[in-house]
Amino acid sequence: MDCIEGEEGDFKVTLIKKPRYIIEEKCTGCTTCVEYCPVLYPDQFNQEISDNKAVHIFFSQAIPLVTYIDESCLYLKEKKCMICKGVCKNNAIDFSQKPEQVKLNVGAIVLSLGLEPFDPRIRDEYGYGRMKNVVTSMDYERLLSSTGPYTGEVLRASDKKHPRKIAWIQCVGSRRVTPGNNSYCSAVCCTYTQKQVILTKDHDSDAECTIFHNDIRSYGKDFERYFQRAEKLPGVRFIRSYASIVREDPDTKNIFIRYADADEGVIEQEFEMVVLSVGLTPPADVKSLAEKFGIELNSHGFCKAFPSNPVKTTRAGIFASGNFQGPTDIPESVFTASGAGAQCGELLNYRRGKLSKEKTYPPEKDVSQEEPRIGVFVCHCGANIGSVVNVPSVVEYSLTLPNVVHAQEQLFSCATNSAMEISDIIKEKGLNRVVVAACSPRTLEPLFRDTLLEAGINQYYFEMANIREHDSWVHSKEKEDATEKAKDIVRMSVARACFLEPLEEFDLPVNKTALVVGGGVAGMTCALSIARQGHNVCLVEKEKELGGAARKIHYTLEGMDVQAYLKNLIKEIYRHPSIHVYHDAAIIDVTGYVGNFITTVKSDRGVTEIKHGAAVLATGAEEYSPKEYLYGKDDKVLTQLELEERIIKEDERIINSRSLVMIQCVGCRNEDRNYCARICCGHAVKNSLKLKEKNPDMDIYILFRDMRTYGFREDFYREASNKDVKFIRYDTENQPQVESVEEGGAGILRINVADPILGDRIAIDADTLVLSAAVIPSTGTDDIAGLFKVTLSPDGFFKEAHAKLKPVEFATDGVYLCGMAQYPKHIPEAISQAYGAASRVLTLLSRDTVTASGAICEVKQNDCVSCGACITACTYGAIEFIDTKKGRKAWVNPVLCKGDGLCNTKCPTGAITLKHFTDEELLSQIDAAMPHALSN
Amino acid sequence: MCSGRVDLEFILRAFANGHDGVFIGGCRLNECNYVTQGNYDALANTLLCRKIMANIGINPERLKIEFMNSSDGIRLAEAVNAFTRKVKELGPIGTDEGNDKKTLKFKLEAARKLVPYIRLVERERLRAPVKSEEAYKKFYASDEVNRLFNELVIDKLAISQIISLLNEKPLSTGEISRALGLNQSEVSRHLNSSSRQGLVRYDESQKRFATA
Repeated sequence: MDCIEGEEGDFKVTLIKKPRYIIEEKCTGCTTCVEYCPVLYPDQFNQEISDNKAVHIFFSQAIPLVTYIDESCLYLKEKKCMICKGVCKNNAIDFSQKPEQVKLNVGAIVLSLGLEPFDPRIRDEYGYGRMKNVVTSMDYERLLSSTGPYTGEVLRASDKKHPRKIAWIQCVGSRRVTPGNNSYCSAVCCTYTQKQVILTKDHDSDAECTIFHNDIRSYGKDFERYFQRAEKLPGVRFIRSYASIVREDPDTKNIFIRYADADEGVIEQEFEMVVLSVGLTPPADVKSLAEKFGIELNSHGFCKAFPSNPVKTTRAGIFASGNFQGPTDIPESVFTASGAGAQCGELLNYRRGKLSKEKTYPPEKDVSQEEPRIGVFVCHCGANIGSVVNVPSVVEYSLTLPNVVHAQEQLFSCATNSAMEISDIIKEKGLNRVVVAACSPRTLEPLFRDTLLEAGINQYYFEMANIREHDSWVHSKEKEDATEKAKDIVRMSVARACFLEPLEEFDLPVNKTALVVGGGVAGMTCALSIARQGHNVCLVEKEKELGGAARKIHYTLEGMDVQAYLKNLIKEIYRHPSIHVYHDAAIIDVTGYVGNFITTVKSDRGVTEIKHGAAVLATGAEEYSPKEYLYGKDDKVLTQLELEERIIKEDERIINSRSLVMIQCVGCRNEDRNYCARICCGHAVKNSLKLKEKNPDMDIYILFRDMRTYGFREDFYREASNKDVKFIRYDTENQPQVESVEEGGAGILRINVADPILGDRIAIDADTLVLSAAVIPSTGTDDIAGLFKVTLSPDGFFKEAHAKLKPVEFATDGVYLCGMAQYPKHIPEAISQAYGAASRVLTLLSRDTVTASGAICEVKQNDCVSCGACITACTYGAIEFIDTKKGRKAWVNPVLCKGDGLCNTKCPTGAITLKHFTDEELLSQIDAAMPHALSN
Repeated sequence: MCSGRVDLEFILRAFANGHDGVFIGGCRLNECNYVTQGNYDALANTLLCRKIMANIGINPERLKIEFMNSSDGIRLAEAVNAFTRKVKELGPIGTDEGNDKKTLKFKLEAARKLVPYIRLVERERLRAPVKSEEAYKKFYASDEVNRLFNELVIDKLAISQIISLLNEKPLSTGEISRALGLNQSEVSRHLNSSSRQGLVRYDESQKRFATA
């Protein structure tokens, strides 16, 4: 980015496009040039562990998947060589390219500048760069990867041998105030280390993994269980201790680590490899970028954020998403990106759809009466398949199969040019069925179906043979067998392809109204964003007032005045002409499907039927009412929310407490609730800081298991510690004991806890005990889930369609989620997620139609005996009896059918058929699995 | 398509084609991505099919179902490896049970013909009341279900086999008994009930039973 002018709604941005020395349109990504290039150069993508060539493709999933030439090129340096130019058959190499200026006129800008892993070279103590077998977690990530420097083998730099004994050191560059390190918590390292441990054990079950850690911060959804999974693996030790790298053995190049053990004192141990779990830092060059964009940064060098709108920057019209906001995990990155999309949408809604063009396809040719003419395309997937499976031999074999009239190999079948090639060959050779032998249909089936449409044949004539996930990736060491298996898979696909039928998809109209269930911060933020993008919103709240759980929260760690914010938000909701609020509401019934729901609501408006195209479930969560630690029996025992209320009311008894104890993890991280409630550590620190502000003499003790003040909250944890808030760790075997005792005529609470540092039990007398009680799903979450046919996670929160990649969508089409109903979260996180959900809703509501699949069930009425077996098997209520001339027969509503095919296995007469997965199609595949079975 | 779409017929067909083992992979129980919980149907189908296999002389361990989610790559690999080892141990289909290829095919064919009937029976009488893996396994192993299964399915399976045999040529009770490995009194019982239903007749001239 060179410079930017203008303002929100009308920016002029000048970009400098660096020369790639490759003409993108001409390059097919064949990598012949890479093969011939004489320059070996440390591979940037693989952390410079292995070499690449001066001309190369950055990484195997790069977009566009074409090569570029970097500064190590001999011609660029010394005007020599030019071998690549000679070998390129497409004349795609162009050394005359110069930096190019690109001018853009845009209305809004999203900064997704990403992050830079912490560079441990800054601190000599880590030994990185000095000791060969000390690697960063990013290095290790590449070592584990099948596209990594040693194609998935973990090898030591010193002797290229497999390390058996591996140590991870956590918090490298994070949670440290020494120069060069960062004071904040990088938020993702605990869990990525656990992932690396699990993968390491997967690679080599004899590996011994030792993790030296501070707090384990498994605060994300399902992370607690993930940690338990890693911890339970044999040969895995989690050791809570600072660890320092002492020395390297000059001969073996093994590394010695010194750490403290509770029983044995200081211990030195030898490891064959050490992984530094490095933290996340702001993107390189962030200061000059921020200056160019005219935005402010926070003290850590990340984007300066507003707690009330974390997606906003200090300059109007410029938004931030992902790690540029601060260290975040993938789901947050995904929904803040969507959230930035929603805010661009609010800004530019008046221009929505102005630049889009409708895609048109040639008319579909009816080939159903023709003999099958099958084309088989076998993909190398670069080296993913090609290095294991003998692709030419599979091609040759395919040609011997019945009805196959064309077979060929492709480097990447999914590349634009390859897809075009398929489309051309369909036309040229009159193919009427296509089999692509490549990867999982989950990712690329839609692309290839589109290719068939482009060629003018029905998209359901496409069949995918998965020879990557099902073959080359799992049999990388058995090349010959893998090739035979690829032939088997292709043969099965070809057999099925013969029976494929053309199917029709339905276009359904989309009702443009959204229903938002839950009028808390998340629900209101989402409703407002949808309304600002031009849609009617019905906001349904079960209470008489809007506000939800935030009504009980007054301030945040970052200093947000929650009540003022809430008041303003509620005002905006009531003022918006397109938002209709239903108070005191209960949902009685939900029918319909994506784009066309009908929800019956009983509320202060009476019983109403709301027709809507999308629904957002933001039903929130509530505080667990503890059964532990005398709660409810002694009025000196409070929850964090109750404490906050008392602080705000200046309750003297609380503020004048001489001593106050907080106990963390009450009612969670246990057998009943095997999850971390994420927000309680932050709340405890927040309230203790507030108390210290009001009464600096108060003795405050926080009894914790792991302090999970992730991200920038770490700074507040440190502040509390500096202000003499005492943090005492306890473990599950040694839970604190609380008793009510009389002391000097007054009742006090005596809390007994084992201090791991003193190694002794200590008794603390407290005037007030505060329990950080778990956050639990709202009452009625189950009922809502049942009504909208969405699922719950084991802990009772809503289950998103994909934890990482679809964090605000349900598997049920047209239903979305945000806020604490998905998992406990802080207010700024709930706001980001609400914007994210609004964005996903808009992708549905901004369309006029949605398309229903053709792979659904159908009843052959002549064969139906009206037994109703299919109707009871269908949970979607998609099948019903209708009256026909031949009596009552089952009928499938094509819109409601999801194509699971359960009914097929229940029908005694075979009258109901799941199209695209018919008995004929599947049996042909089963028969083809055994080639000899065909002949006898 | 859900794992519950895996039909009895698919499994029987695979064995008839000479496959030594069949492995069904479904989503984790109670973690259905939709609302159907169809993996329980797959489990029920598997448990029923294993009963049928035991009856026609195929080791039920040749059929395996495992439940896992998309992040359970390790679990899948372990399950497939363990199953492959097991099947290798058992050897080619028929060897451990002493059935030749032809008999096996014949028996599987008889079972396959019963599939529509088994579907009816399953719906009416053999559906587990509680949705949990344990409850399903207990239900299908219970005496009550065994009794029902023998009454409703096994007898029909024997009759189906007898009729298939008689379709080829008329046979005596003894010959049928030898061909199917059933004792003579059982064969007589089935022949009696089948002739009452008009499925078979006794051919006086040949002194053998034939299809009606």
